Amino acid sequence: MSILINSNTKVICQGITGDVGGFHTRGCLEYGTQMVGGVTPGKGGQTFDGLPVFDTCYEAVEATGADATMIFVPPPFAADAILEAIDAKIKTIIAVTEGVPVIDMVRVKQAIDASDCVLIGPNCPGVITADECKIGIMPGYIHQKGKVGIMSRSGTLTYEAVWQTSSRGLGQTTCVGLGGDPIVGTSFIDCLQWFQDDDETEAILMIGEIGGSAEEEAAAYVKQNITKPVAAFIAGQTAPPGKRMGHAGAIISGGKGTASEKIAALQSANIEVAMSPADMGEAVERAISNAA
Amino acid sequence: MKIHEFQGKELFRKFGVTVLDGRVATTPEQAKSAFEELGGSIAVVKSQIHAGGRGKGTFIEEPDQRGVQLVRSADEAAEAARKMLGNTLVTIQTGPEGKTVNQVFVEAGCDIDRELYLGIVLDRAVSLPVIMCSQEGGVDIEKVAHETPEKIFKEHFDPAIGIESFQVRKLCKKLGISGKSVRVADKFMRALCDLYVQLDCSLLEINPLVVTKSGDIVALDSKINFDSNAMFRHKDIAELRDLTEEAESEVLASEAGLSYVQLDGNIGCLVNGAGLAMSTMDIIKLHGGEPANFLDVGGGADTEQVTQAFRILLNDPNVKAVLVNIFGGIMKCTTIAEAIVSAAKTVGFNVPLVVRLEGTKVEEGRKILEDSDIDIIGATDLTDAASKVVSVVAAPV
Repeated sequence: MSILINSNTKVICQGITGDVGGFHTRGCLEYGTQMVGGVTPGKGGQTFDGLPVFDTCYEAVEATGADATMIFVPPPFAADAILEAIDAKIKTIIAVTEGVPVIDMVRVKQAIDASDCVLIGPNCPGVITADECKIGIMPGYIHQKGKVGIMSRSGTLTYEAVWQTSSRGLGQTTCVGLGGDPIVGTSFIDCLQWFQDDDETEAILMIGEIGGSAEEEAAAYVKQNITKPVAAFIAGQTAPPGKRMGHAGAIISGGKGTASEKIAALQSANIEVAMSPADMGEAVERAISNAA
Repeated sequence: MKIHEFQGKELFRKFGVTVLDGRVATTPEQAKSAFEELGGSIAVVKSQIHAGGRGKGTFIEEPDQRGVQLVRSADEAAEAARKMLGNTLVTIQTGPEGKTVNQVFVEAGCDIDRELYLGIVLDRAVSLPVIMCSQEGGVDIEKVAHETPEKIFKEHFDPAIGIESFQVRKLCKKLGISGKSVRVADKFMRALCDLYVQLDCSLLEINPLVVTKSGDIVALDSKINFDSNAMFRHKDIAELRDLTEEAESEVLASEAGLSYVQLDGNIGCLVNGAGLAMSTMDIIKLHGGEPANFLDVGGGADTEQVTQAFRILLNDPNVKAVLVNIFGGIMKCTTIAEAIVSAAKTVGFNVPLVVRLEGTKVEEGRKILEDSDIDIIGATDLTDAASKVVSVVAAPV
């Protein structure tokens, strides 16, 4: 078991004929992902590395049976691409695109909440189930099948966490990059429940950052609903207020969304917090032994 | 992206949000004729900088002058402008170094009955924009929100619809707006919400929002921030950007497609990925050092961009050492290694360099660095990198 995706997941890429979409489609194929086609409006009928390209998601789903999509469509058209994937009832929608306007995401969020689909991202590295299926831009080789479910608002910091859990022999079940934007499709809470329900996941690592209140909400949820050991790290303890730290969502505004508030909320829910980014792997071990 | 008050008010006028008549002046003479053109017995001269707290702020060169001043004659307007223009205004939001005032806004006066607060932001918890109002206008609204949150009234709205009239009536009740002013408020707030959505704002604030003695509602101030990600569809707004308001290094970085924020410390950081970049700052601090910047070179940066990143870091006179922390995903370690070699040639490293490479093509990257004759302090992991760079900065020269 795992969450969201596994070796049976059939994946298309929206934006497959673009440089970035094409490059990462190859990366996913090399990892062993079942890539079954792609979508680029106006390029239907062509092929990409032997994969069929379609004009629309509807045709792609009908012809290939795809149940997941990886979106690399440029920001001005990204929201539209997500809405099309929702309308085509693709179960798992993973939007990697960075730079989608927030107002566009308000509309997308309403559509995804009203559907049975799951949206991961945008502005995220994607999702990977170790040794089974990689949908996104993460380096596959650092992952190792194991017992930790990882969810994160960051990209490279997730790689760091994966690296630490792999080198400690903990390994991962599924790693989910939730995205660094103010509005994303999936929250820590959704992911927590999926990991709780997944038999293979023995512990959960949550990587948050400054801005918003997703970590505080997750802490409250853990207190009430999660019985598995949870460890966490919050990036941006030294970030100044009012400045956007790379991610559109990583900003302390109106004195809200600081790392210290988040850490306090996590600790009050008995979550094992790593104070240093070098301590994430160990924090998971501590969380597991605390629970034992 | 931020704009000036007077630019915000021009946008207000376009959308039918009531503002007072005003003129921009860059010289005392212009301020004088602005007063005459406005034709009233009073006017307000307002420093134009991208920071709040101007009314209470003072000038380094003119300690008795405030950032905003009421004037009663054309000569007083010119005198106020003379003391403001070209001088450095320090407010609670500028930091002690302050900001140079390059232009002032001379605005007509009005008969104020009450001062209120109005703001629109995105409420991330529900993924909808929210309009927030308070009777506590003209003061530090963050303090009100913190100490007496019950004094702030909120209504969420759907961008596709805008705010509904019943929501405005609800807010009016709580704000003590009654009679014919309710209808005025309805038009005002609906126009404001439309502006927020149509122009892709990320923050819109009017503090104070004024109810006049004649029952009119007027935006006495304007603060608008825009969603940088949406500027591709607002070329006219993008042109309102005032580069003199931003740190030179941050402008250079944004031109090179890098995400950079200048800080006060002395350890320069070059990292890929926002989360890892923030964590690198954090771990430097944990080891007793102070980061000089946040710098995310991104996943797709090429050698030229990374070289430019080094140029920006090394130009900062505060930087006493540089920490490179790369976890290659899309970014290849070889790209970083080549950029280090290129930066050594074109910029020259005058401070110690600590490098931690991991991920895609790490062996090839390390080889490139070993084969060069650049003096590099290698690090094996995050902790090792942080402790090495902190001790090299602390070491006596």
